[in-house]
Amino acid sequence: MGGSRVPDTFFTTPPEWTWWIIFYFFIGGIAGGSFFIASLLYLFGRPSDRPVVRLGYYVAFVGVVISGILLILDLHRPLRFWHMLIESNTGNLMFKSWTPMSIGSWGLLLFGLFAALAALSAAREEERVRWGPGFVVGRGFRTVVAIIGGILGFFLAGYTGVLLSVSNRPVWADSPMLGALFLISAASTAAATLILLGRRRDAVDAASLGKLAEFDKWALILELVAIVVFLVTLGAAVQVFLSVWGVLLVLGVIGAGILLPLAIGMGWVKRWSTKPATAAVLVLVGGFLLRVVTLLSSEQVHIAGHRVISP
Amino acid sequence: MAEAMGFFTDTTVCIGCKACEVACKSWNQLPAREGGQPELSGISYDNTVQLSGTTWRHVKFIEQFDGPYNGRWLMMSDVCKHCVQAGCIEVCPTGAIIRTEFDTVVIQSDVCNGCRACIAGCPFGVIDMNPVSGTAQKCTLCYDRMSVGLEPACSKACPTDSIQFGPIDDLRRRAQTRLEQLQSQGETRAQLYGADPEGPVGGLNSFYLLVDEPEVYGLPSQPKLPSRNLASSAAGSVVGAAVLGAVGLVTLRKRRSEDVAESERGGQPRA
Repeated sequence: MGGSRVPDTFFTTPPEWTWWIIFYFFIGGIAGGSFFIASLLYLFGRPSDRPVVRLGYYVAFVGVVISGILLILDLHRPLRFWHMLIESNTGNLMFKSWTPMSIGSWGLLLFGLFAALAALSAAREEERVRWGPGFVVGRGFRTVVAIIGGILGFFLAGYTGVLLSVSNRPVWADSPMLGALFLISAASTAAATLILLGRRRDAVDAASLGKLAEFDKWALILELVAIVVFLVTLGAAVQVFLSVWGVLLVLGVIGAGILLPLAIGMGWVKRWSTKPATAAVLVLVGGFLLRVVTLLSSEQVHIAGHRVISP
Repeated sequence: MAEAMGFFTDTTVCIGCKACEVACKSWNQLPAREGGQPELSGISYDNTVQLSGTTWRHVKFIEQFDGPYNGRWLMMSDVCKHCVQAGCIEVCPTGAIIRTEFDTVVIQSDVCNGCRACIAGCPFGVIDMNPVSGTAQKCTLCYDRMSVGLEPACSKACPTDSIQFGPIDDLRRRAQTRLEQLQSQGETRAQLYGADPEGPVGGLNSFYLLVDEPEVYGLPSQPKLPSRNLASSAAGSVVGAAVLGAVGLVTLRKRRSEDVAESERGGQPRA
């Protein structure tokens, strides 16, 4: 087996992970990110941050429910979704510690459980609901949920990139950075979501929103660094981005989704300096486009099927 | 475990008749594309174009021509490589893909839920969805025929013995003899692909004799397992999580200035 001119990953077949998965990566990232931001605020913030904590838990719960639905819809045999968790022919638990999709299925289920408990606790605290066991509003219980759920939130936000890397497809398998990149992007999009939703809730303190904006700023700077490292580590596979996807990456993800919101946050764009909502919307658009670009740029490469990129 | 079985495909004697393709489709009752309407690729005399969930054998035509009369045809009957270390088995989250007693790789259609991880994990682009079953499918090396002592349909139908079936050790000896024969005749480009058990993915139980570089045949030069990226990618995520956690602690924590403001307002400690 001699030397290679074309990257080996180019000889594989695209799995057609497209719009259901793109939306899952985006919404699942927001869900995981919202939970760990809420956890950090609960554990290390102050009482006036509590409305944002509760908001983060609600977003995580709604996000994880939507995520589960999206993943099931993406299966070609949706009614067999439980085969991910239970061996259909033996009834034993199905778990492969070396397979990100298997770990992710369990991670999503566990995260869903903790997101539900946290949301229930938040709803009880606000007296939106009056049912459920009393211990969900106990301090110890909340702390445990915040810690374990926060770790699971980090996991949910990052494993999707690892899942793509543990394959043989162009772009995905050519760089080890996707897990970190998706994780950081999940943080920035989650903070943007909480800023946007928090602005509409009277109970949310302006100082809490300020902290979120500060967190988002640093997350965007980290994301920019991660994208650069990602592109550098791609090697020959970077040629995939000599296409419309590269244009979308530079203009949409980096320009509109990172640099412009950073400039607004720094007050460099005078016209929009008083509009943090504009920056948050741009961050969300950029985060979504990052998933679009990452998935579809790889999906377009299919030498055997003669769908070949033309640099 | 029974003896490891497989295919040795000598591409130099393939005549592109596609009898293997037809035999495979026929035995495995694989549906036609587009309801059986004739389809032309428009780019080759080969109209099948690629392996798929409904085409488990595909005779590739590699048309190396500089002009109408200057060049050569390469033909290769492509199929699942039944890797000794299989990427598809690694990434399958349902346990649908198994290794059989013949050291071959089979997808259990009644277990597969169509997640398509195996399609992305296969280093050769072999697996694809069967739209009729809604599951990922590929060559089973005719597990049903082998189980009752029969030869797989494709090699049985091959009129030139380009596809040879048998115990892997026996096939490797035959392949080595054929390689030496071709090289002694001056075909210096002749090489075996996937015959080395010490090679990538532990060797292939369906291996090839080629007379050009693997890429010319649409084969990766160094097929790899998907799991090679697991540790590095997971480590990257953990580092990312640690940095984000630190950023979160710095930006989201309770600040001294807020303490002062809070005590002035008579703020309550966390419940």
